[in-house]
Amino acid sequence: MLRFALGRLLQAIPVLLVVITMTFLLVHSAPGGPFSADKAVPEEVLEALEAQYNLNQPLWQQYVNYLGDVLQGDMGPSFKYPGRSVNELILSGLGTTAELGFYAMMVAIFIGVIAGVTASMRPNTAQDYVPMTAAMIGICMPSFLLGPLLVLIFGIHLEWLPVSGWDQIPGDKILPAITLGTGYAAYIARLSRGGMLEVLSQDYIRTARAKGLSEFLIIGKHALRGGLIPVVAFLGPAFAGLLGGSFVVETIYQIPGLGRFYVQAAFNRDYTMILGTTVFFATLIIVFNLLSDMLAVWLNPKLRQQVRGE
Amino acid sequence: MKQSSLDAILSAVTAVRLAKNLRLLSALALSLVLIGCGSSESNVEAGNRTGTLHWGNGTEPQSLDPHIATGVPEHHIIVALMEGLVHKDSKTLGPTPGVAESWTVSDDGTVYTFKLRDNARWSNGDVHNAHDFVWSWWRALQPALGNLYAYMYFPIVNAREYYEGEVTDFELVGVKALDDLTLQVTLDNPTPYFLQLLDHYSMYPVHQATLEKFGAADERGTRWTYAGNMVGNGPFKLTSWEINRAIEVERNSFYWGNDEVRLNKIVFYPTENTTTEERMFRAGQLHYTNGVPIDKVATYREANDPALRVNPYLGTYFYRINVAVPHLQDKRVRRALGMTIDRKKITENVTKSGQIPAYAMTPPNTRGYYPPINLNFDPEAARQLLAEAGYPNGEGFPVTEILYNTNEGHRKVAVAIQQMWREHLNIEVKLLNQEWKVYLDSESNGDYQISRAGWIGDYVDPNNFLDMFICNGGNNRTGWCNEEYDRLVLDVAPRAKTQEERMAIFTQAEQMLMDELPVLPIYTYTTAHLVHPAMKNVATNIMDTQSYREIYLEGAKD
Amino acid sequence: MDANSSTLTAEKGTSLWEDAWIKLRKNRLALIGLGLLVFLCVISLLTPWIAPYGYEEQNLLMGATPPSAEHWLGTDVFGRDMLTRIMWGGRVSLMVGFIATAVALAIGVIYGAVAGYVGGRVDAVMMRLVDILYALPFMIFIILLMVVFGRNLLLLFFAIGAVEWLTMARIVRGQVMSLRKQEFVEAAHSLGLSQWIIIRRHIIPNTLGPVIVYTTLTIPSVMLLEAFLSFLGLGIQPPQSSWGLLINYGVETMEEYPWLLIFPGIALSLTLFALNFLGDGLRDALDPRTAKD
Repeated sequence: MLRFALGRLLQAIPVLLVVITMTFLLVHSAPGGPFSADKAVPEEVLEALEAQYNLNQPLWQQYVNYLGDVLQGDMGPSFKYPGRSVNELILSGLGTTAELGFYAMMVAIFIGVIAGVTASMRPNTAQDYVPMTAAMIGICMPSFLLGPLLVLIFGIHLEWLPVSGWDQIPGDKILPAITLGTGYAAYIARLSRGGMLEVLSQDYIRTARAKGLSEFLIIGKHALRGGLIPVVAFLGPAFAGLLGGSFVVETIYQIPGLGRFYVQAAFNRDYTMILGTTVFFATLIIVFNLLSDMLAVWLNPKLRQQVRGE
Repeated sequence: MKQSSLDAILSAVTAVRLAKNLRLLSALALSLVLIGCGSSESNVEAGNRTGTLHWGNGTEPQSLDPHIATGVPEHHIIVALMEGLVHKDSKTLGPTPGVAESWTVSDDGTVYTFKLRDNARWSNGDVHNAHDFVWSWWRALQPALGNLYAYMYFPIVNAREYYEGEVTDFELVGVKALDDLTLQVTLDNPTPYFLQLLDHYSMYPVHQATLEKFGAADERGTRWTYAGNMVGNGPFKLTSWEINRAIEVERNSFYWGNDEVRLNKIVFYPTENTTTEERMFRAGQLHYTNGVPIDKVATYREANDPALRVNPYLGTYFYRINVAVPHLQDKRVRRALGMTIDRKKITENVTKSGQIPAYAMTPPNTRGYYPPINLNFDPEAARQLLAEAGYPNGEGFPVTEILYNTNEGHRKVAVAIQQMWREHLNIEVKLLNQEWKVYLDSESNGDYQISRAGWIGDYVDPNNFLDMFICNGGNNRTGWCNEEYDRLVLDVAPRAKTQEERMAIFTQAEQMLMDELPVLPIYTYTTAHLVHPAMKNVATNIMDTQSYREIYLEGAKD
Repeated sequence: MDANSSTLTAEKGTSLWEDAWIKLRKNRLALIGLGLLVFLCVISLLTPWIAPYGYEEQNLLMGATPPSAEHWLGTDVFGRDMLTRIMWGGRVSLMVGFIATAVALAIGVIYGAVAGYVGGRVDAVMMRLVDILYALPFMIFIILLMVVFGRNLLLLFFAIGAVEWLTMARIVRGQVMSLRKQEFVEAAHSLGLSQWIIIRRHIIPNTLGPVIVYTTLTIPSVMLLEAFLSFLGLGIQPPQSSWGLLINYGVETMEEYPWLLIFPGIALSLTLFALNFLGDGLRDALDPRTAKD
């Protein structure tokens, strides 16, 4: 298991290198520089600014310098916010996005698993159709459609919940978490239903039923573990998706998270911020995928054999 | 771990989870209900009680260093934390004492002597005097700092030369501390608007010891502006700065006018999205909004809601014409274009926030100056001009492109104008929108044909609008160059002996500008804000500048 | 082998495709999805001729109006007919959906088939590459690409397609690999059939099933991705419009003019519904295991 993990971590290094290089090239070929302003920038000032941020060096040199810095964990100063380092900005947004992602994931897992497992208990009946259709609605209604609708209903008409902000007014975390989590709840519902159905049709389940075990015990003790494997495998990509989904949700609810920082940085041509955030996200996704894969292996004895054999 | 214990754990977890799910769901439902019923006090209510103003401020400020910052959101915060020699009266915009309690001007108008207050202090208790100003202005003019507003200093003798490196001894620049409390400033020419410049944040003083603690004086972006580090001379001090979340400032008890200040605290919120901001206002989270969504203005107007405050703003929305483009070189073509924009239709049906059609570059009544009107809506005459220029009925007129930065408002105007030109001149126009940074680059590189632009005055004087268009001026960007115009604006006007003479010269210059039309003025800006009724003494001047020393909240205990 | 055998009639064998079609027909939701999809495609193709108003026809004085007899779905803030806008927007959205999926399909199928069929070291390397690419935060790259290259619609197709091909490759490779080891392929091989005929007659038809299913399910997720990007301001740029962009505009004014949000929202959701149900139905239909129990 340990070798497996290490092996995957080692694989991650060339990936990160590719990410950094591609992003670096893309960012520097984008039209519009970080110092363009609507008041004319005098030549001397522009030169001074570019010198301070090393933008007047040849591209390859900037790249090498940047690589060196990143290896030491220093992602450089932000171009847009003088005096703030990228590390600082990432940290300030990270907590918020992480919290949002966590709550959304909780929403997704709880609702999704219940819906899916319930549906799988009586396939092709109302108990199946209702949650699954609801799941379908969840998949087909994008967060940027659902979010504003929720805001309209619960925030403005009913005035039950706040319409923006995070951690500023009690209850302002509810709508964003639900908006972000619902799409994934839908996928998880379908996955868990599918997984459970497969498992429930297995012989050993039939045996357990024949033995007279209660349905609850059957599901909880025997079926759930195998049935939820697809869900666990989905967690990795789900996490990546949540990160992307957070861009939109953070924009809708004005949440000061990393996603919003990233979109702003892209528009502002804040080179270092874009690079830093991309590297950071990539690292997170790799780590999370690794964890999710490890969890899947741990849960599935067959895979575990395979891994041991590696 | 053994298999059986694993199973046990797993089933326990499952059982707990399933049970928890139900409990969680019911807890969630219950909390939803509770939140609905016993809502806690809103920001506004709490603020009214404690004297805390909640202010929607637009975009997150880039920097609070007054010599580096460049935006309006930055302005609103900086003026809470710092002040200059002189303020502007919130009604008349005339000069009122700031750090300087009085001043005299020499007869020829070039030497200003300021007497500073003896009770002026920094927010950490340090004594604040004339030497601070000399040092600060020295710092602001350091080229490495990249101060985009350095031109504010240029009326001062040798300021420009020092900034551009021609003069290296700061002693030669026209600012001196005659003694601790007396500051003398010498100008190249009598500059009637000089006192206004002093109220711009780029001319504010900064605390030398704090700056030097965190880096070199000309080092851009050090930590001196962080909450807890920052020392300023204004009515408030910075207590918290959470990026993208909120900036909090609290009463500075060392401020000389602290007794008059009635607000205890101000919280600035970054509200990029006006729609969300308006909702925040309605939900009682803000006292004051930065803007109002266009489609909401009508709603508030119809309801006669006093929360809506729409006021004229010192700024012009216009189109730049790249006069290097072959078919736009002929002035008759440009006049034809200018005469077929139905500005009334645009302000009434498109922008809908009380804007005023503009037929000249400088807004009317800029310090008593009314620009000459040399332009009107006249499709008949326009068609004739276009024919004379060689494009009868628009035949043969190449497809022209309007560039604007991606924004629904700009798009609406561009689409409307596109249609007007098609209708009245029978010419084809296409639209190109670019993202802000890209658009700025295109404009400054002359990579456009017609480009949407806006200019907000930095101070109330026609000079600010007219000196944009000198040959090769950084803010010109049209390629238009008229030496006579330059002479009038740069040489003759500054030497005028009286205000009337000056205004007459400006009139002449503007006439020239409006005759040749390298720019097409469209409307004069307005500002729109939503103001909570508890917030009093909100100013309505054309610079949209508020005084935190005057604003107070009804219901607040001092 | 007795006299009564004449009463037994031999059952006519059905191919996988015929089986699938029968099963699909029984799935009402999938049929509705199919019907809706066909309807939308027809409307989109015919839009230039059947749209009631011009695409850019504005009426500034009228502004946004709710649904009425002249404008079945109302008008937007420029006075443009919403039905027309939604029809044209649908064209773009569907086009992006189909074309980007086609890109993903082309790349993914070829890549996966090669990896699966050749196997061995080549396969290991190719799939390693896929694993690596999977780890990249593609949303971020797409955003960057759109920021850098701007309004190029073609690039949008390419960018989105480039994200989706990975899973397709994995699926195809898995299928091809398992098929290759099947007995009937070995049998065909030993019979002396050429590689090419084996591929054409046996492998491709059997791979087609999952590919079709996955394609049908990729289209909606691609459309969603485009809508997402347009909402952030990074996808389709005005003056062109897509459902995502229309929803974006609608959100801004959803209190004053809710129809600007509701109708494009319904259009998008319904289409996604249709495609998903169809995809589900196809998956159930083509899966031999869900044959009558």
